[in-house]
Amino acid sequence: MGAGETILSIKGLHVEFPISIGTVKALQGVDLDIVKGEVMGLVGESGCGKSTLGFSIVRLLRPPGRITSGRIDYRGRNVAGMDEKELLRIRGRRIAMVFQDPLTSLNPLFSIGQHFVETIRTHDRAVTKSRALEMAGDMLESLGISRQRLGEYPHQMSGGMRQRIMIGLALVMRPELLIADEPTTALDVIVEAQFLDLLEELRGRFDLTVILITHNLGNVAQLAHRITVMYGGTIVEVAPAGDLFRRPLHPYTEGLLASIPNIRLDRPRLVTMPGSPPDLVDPPAGCVFHPRCPRAMDVCRRERPPSVSGDGRTVSCWLYKEVP
Amino acid sequence: MGHLIRYIVARTLMTVPMVLILLTIIFAVLRLMPGDPVSAMLGGHAPEHVIELKREQLGLNRPLHVQYVDYLWSVCRFDLGDSMVLQQKVTDIIAEKLGATIELTVFGMLVTVVVGVFLGAYAADRRRTLGDSAIRLYGIVVYCIPVYWLGLMLQLVFGVWLDWLPIAGRTGPRVFPSDFERTGFYLVDTLLAGDTESFFDVLVHLVLPAFTLGLTLSGIFVRLTRANMLDVLKSDYILAAESRGIPRRRVVYRHALKNALIPILTMMGLQVALLMAGAVLTETTFSWPGMGRLLLERIYLRDYPTIQGVIIVFALMVAFISLVVDIVYAVVDPRIRY
Amino acid sequence: MNGSPSGLLGRVVRYFSSMGGKYGVEWWILCAGAALVGAIVLMAVFSGYIAPFDPYDQAAGPQLSPPGPTHLMGTDNLQRDVFSRIVFGSQTILKVSVMAAIISSLVGITMGLVSGYAGGIPDKILSLIMDAVYVFPGLILAIALAAMFGPGVINITFSVAIIYIPTYFRLVRGQTLAVKQELYVEAARAIGAGHLTILAKYIFPNVIATTVVVFTLNVADAIMIEAALTYLGLGLPPTVVDWGMDLAMGKKFLPSGMWWLVTFPGVMISLLALGFTMLGEGLAEILNPRLLER
Repeated sequence: MGAGETILSIKGLHVEFPISIGTVKALQGVDLDIVKGEVMGLVGESGCGKSTLGFSIVRLLRPPGRITSGRIDYRGRNVAGMDEKELLRIRGRRIAMVFQDPLTSLNPLFSIGQHFVETIRTHDRAVTKSRALEMAGDMLESLGISRQRLGEYPHQMSGGMRQRIMIGLALVMRPELLIADEPTTALDVIVEAQFLDLLEELRGRFDLTVILITHNLGNVAQLAHRITVMYGGTIVEVAPAGDLFRRPLHPYTEGLLASIPNIRLDRPRLVTMPGSPPDLVDPPAGCVFHPRCPRAMDVCRRERPPSVSGDGRTVSCWLYKEVP
Repeated sequence: MGHLIRYIVARTLMTVPMVLILLTIIFAVLRLMPGDPVSAMLGGHAPEHVIELKREQLGLNRPLHVQYVDYLWSVCRFDLGDSMVLQQKVTDIIAEKLGATIELTVFGMLVTVVVGVFLGAYAADRRRTLGDSAIRLYGIVVYCIPVYWLGLMLQLVFGVWLDWLPIAGRTGPRVFPSDFERTGFYLVDTLLAGDTESFFDVLVHLVLPAFTLGLTLSGIFVRLTRANMLDVLKSDYILAAESRGIPRRRVVYRHALKNALIPILTMMGLQVALLMAGAVLTETTFSWPGMGRLLLERIYLRDYPTIQGVIIVFALMVAFISLVVDIVYAVVDPRIRY
Repeated sequence: MNGSPSGLLGRVVRYFSSMGGKYGVEWWILCAGAALVGAIVLMAVFSGYIAPFDPYDQAAGPQLSPPGPTHLMGTDNLQRDVFSRIVFGSQTILKVSVMAAIISSLVGITMGLVSGYAGGIPDKILSLIMDAVYVFPGLILAIALAAMFGPGVINITFSVAIIYIPTYFRLVRGQTLAVKQELYVEAARAIGAGHLTILAKYIFPNVIATTVVVFTLNVADAIMIEAALTYLGLGLPPTVVDWGMDLAMGKKFLPSGMWWLVTFPGVMISLLALGFTMLGEGLAEILNPRLLER
C-alpha cells in the first residue's frame, strides 16, 4: 500500500467518559491515517480503546463519552466539529459500521425490508418505497440470500444470515469506509471464516476501505494490510501486517504476539503477559505500558514516549530513537 | 397466522377460570361476611318476619351451594336480578351507566398514554438532564396524589376560580341526553345526531374528569416508559440504526419507542385495576353518572342486588380487558406468534 | 476531641455525603422520604401538644373562616379548627395504613412461603385465586368489604389489609420457588434440616429484603386507599377525625371557593403517601437496583 490517498486522518484525539468516581481517559492523544483501499486492523485487549476509536470516527460515543480534543478529518472535513445534520450525511452513506452481535443489531419489530427501506430513504428521499425494496432485494441476492426473505423478521433468520444482512445494510448506500467492530466475535468458527471471506470479496466489489476492530489477531492476519496496536487508550505501534508479525517493535506487541498460539512457531510455549490493563481513570505517568513492560527504563516512568516513524511503520517506545 | 389463532383461543380459555374465581370471591365477600345483607339493607331494626320475607324473596335462606350455583347460572344468563330500591332490572340500570364509565376511562387512558409515554420517552432520551429529573419527579409526585383530590383541585382552579370548565355531570343544564342518546357514549351519540352544540357541551364536561383520571395514572406510565426506553436505548440495534444515519429523533421515537411499548402494553393489563379504581373515585368527585357513582349510591341505599351486579360487571370488564391486552400484545410482537 | 457537637455534626454530615456519593440521587430520595414520614409520625405522636384546639371543638372560631393567624388553616362549617383536625387526623390514617400493611404482609408472606415451599395442587389453586384478586381493582374490593363490615377503625383496617395479601403472596411465592432450587437449600435438606428450619433460616432471609421495599410502597398505597374509602363515606364513623372525611366535607363548600377545606387534607394525604413512596424507592434502589426497573 503506502502510495494511496489518505481518506481519514485522526490527530491528537482525546476521548473522556466522566463517571461517578472520576473521568475515564479512554483515548489519550491518538494519531492515525487511513489510506484508501486498505484494510486496517485495530487490535488490543478489551478496554484498550479500539472500539472507542471506531465509534469516535462517526461520533457515536455512548453518553457521557465525548471527544475533548483532536481532529478527525474525513476527506478534509473535521468530523469532530460537525453538526448533527452534516454527521447524518456521513453516517451510513460515506462511513458505515457493522457490529459485534448480529443477533441483536437488527430491530426485532422491523422486517428486513423495512430496515433497508428506512436506510435508503433516509439518505435519498427521492427513492420510492418499491424502488428501495428492489435495491434491497438486489443487495440480499448478491449476499446469497433470497429476496423473498425481505418480508421476514430478524428472529426468523440464522446468525450468519443476520450478519450478512447487517453488512448489506451497511453497504447499501455504497459507503467508502466500513468500520467493522468485532464483527465475528458472536459467530461460530465456520461462519466466522465464511464471513471474513465475504468481507474480503465485498471489499473488492465495493471498493471499500475497511477498519477491522478485533482482539483476534488471527482475523487481522488473514485480512489486514496494516495493523494498529492499541494499549491503554494510546496507539503503541502501526505497521504493515507482515512486518508486524515478523518483527514486532513495541514490547507490548511482542507480548501480544507471544500470547497467541500458532502465530510464532519458534516460541517454545504460550506466554501470558503479567499484570492487568491500566486503570484509565488514573493512568500511569509516562508510558502507560511501563508497569507491565519487561524492558521498562527510568524515562518510561516519567515521560510519555514520542512516536517515531520510518519504513512505513510507527512505534511509540523509548527503546527506539528511530525505526530500526 | 395459525399460531396466532391458536394463541387467542388458548388465552380466551384461560380467562374462564379467572372469571370463575372472581365471581366466587364476590359471592364470598357479599354472602359470607359477618353482617347479614338483608338486615343491613333494612336498616337493622326491621321486625323478624319482614327480614325473613325478604330473605325468602332473595333466595337467601336456601343452602349456600344452591345459592352459589344459582348465582353462577344467573350470571351466565346475564341476569343480575332486580333492584331492591327501584323496580328495575339490575342489568338495565348498569347498561344505562356503563357508557359513561367507558367514555371516561377511554379518554382518561388516552390522556395517560399520551402524557405518560411522551414524557417517559423524552426523559429517557435526555437521561440525566434537568428535564429528565423534572419528569422523574413528576412521575413520583403525581403517583402519590390521590385521584379524587387532584379532581377537587382541578375543579377549584379551572371550575371555580377561572370558571373555564364545568365541574359536575356529563352535560350542561340546556342539553338533554334523551334527545340524542343511543349508544351511551355521548360523544358518539351527539355526533351521530349531528348535534354539534351538544357535542361540545359533552366534550367540555369530559375534559376535567378525563384529565383527572389520566394525569394520576400518567405517573406510572412515565416511569414504565422511561425504564423500558432506557433498556431499549442500550440495545445494539439502536446504535446500529444511528450508525446508518437514521436521525436520532426517529431512532428514539420509532425504533426504541415501538420496542419499549411492548412491555408497557403487557403492564397495561395490570393498570386496568388502577384505571377502574380511579374511575370510581373520579365519578364520585365529578358527579359523573357512571358505574362507580352507581355503586356508591346503592351502597348508601343498601341495594344489595345492584351492588353485586356492579361489582360483577367490573370483574368481567377487568377479565375482558386483560384478555384483549394480551391478544393485542401477540398481534403487535412478531416474536410471540412463533 | 470528639463528642463536641460540631465534631458529631461533622461526622453526620460526612456520613450522609459519603452515602450520597455511593448511591447518588436514591440516597437523597430515601432521606427526603424518611424526613417526611418522620415529621408526620411526630405530628401524630405529639398531636396534643401541637394542635392549638380540640379537633372536635365546635366553637373554636367563626364558621368557615379562611386561614389566618389564629386558625392557620381556617375553620370548617362546624366552626372547628382545620389545622387541629389535620394534626389529629394523622393518627387515624397512620394507624390504619400501617396496621393494614402489617396484617397483609404477615398473612401474605406466610401464605406465600408455605404455598411456594409446599408446591403441588393446593399451591396452584391458591396462586390462581391470588392472581385473580391481584388483577381485580383493589379499591372496589375494599369498598365492598368496607360496606359489608360497616364503619369502624378495625373494620377499615381489615378492608384495606385484605386487598394487599396477593401482592405479598405473589412476590414471596415467586422468590421461594427460586430459592428452593438453590444448592444450599438442597444441602440443608440433605443434612436433615426440618421444613420449618429451612423456611425460617434459608428461605425467609432471602425474601425479606424485597418485602421491606414492598411494605413501604404498600403503606403509601394503603394511605391512599384509606383516604379514598373515608372520602367516599365508608369505613369510619363520623366521630373519628380523618383526612379523607374532612376532604369529603370540604368538597361541599368547594363551589363557593372555600379552598382551604379541600386543600390541606389533600396535601397531607399526598405528602404522607409521597414520604412512604420515596422511602420505598430509595430503599429499593439501595437494596436491589434492579427491583423497580421491571
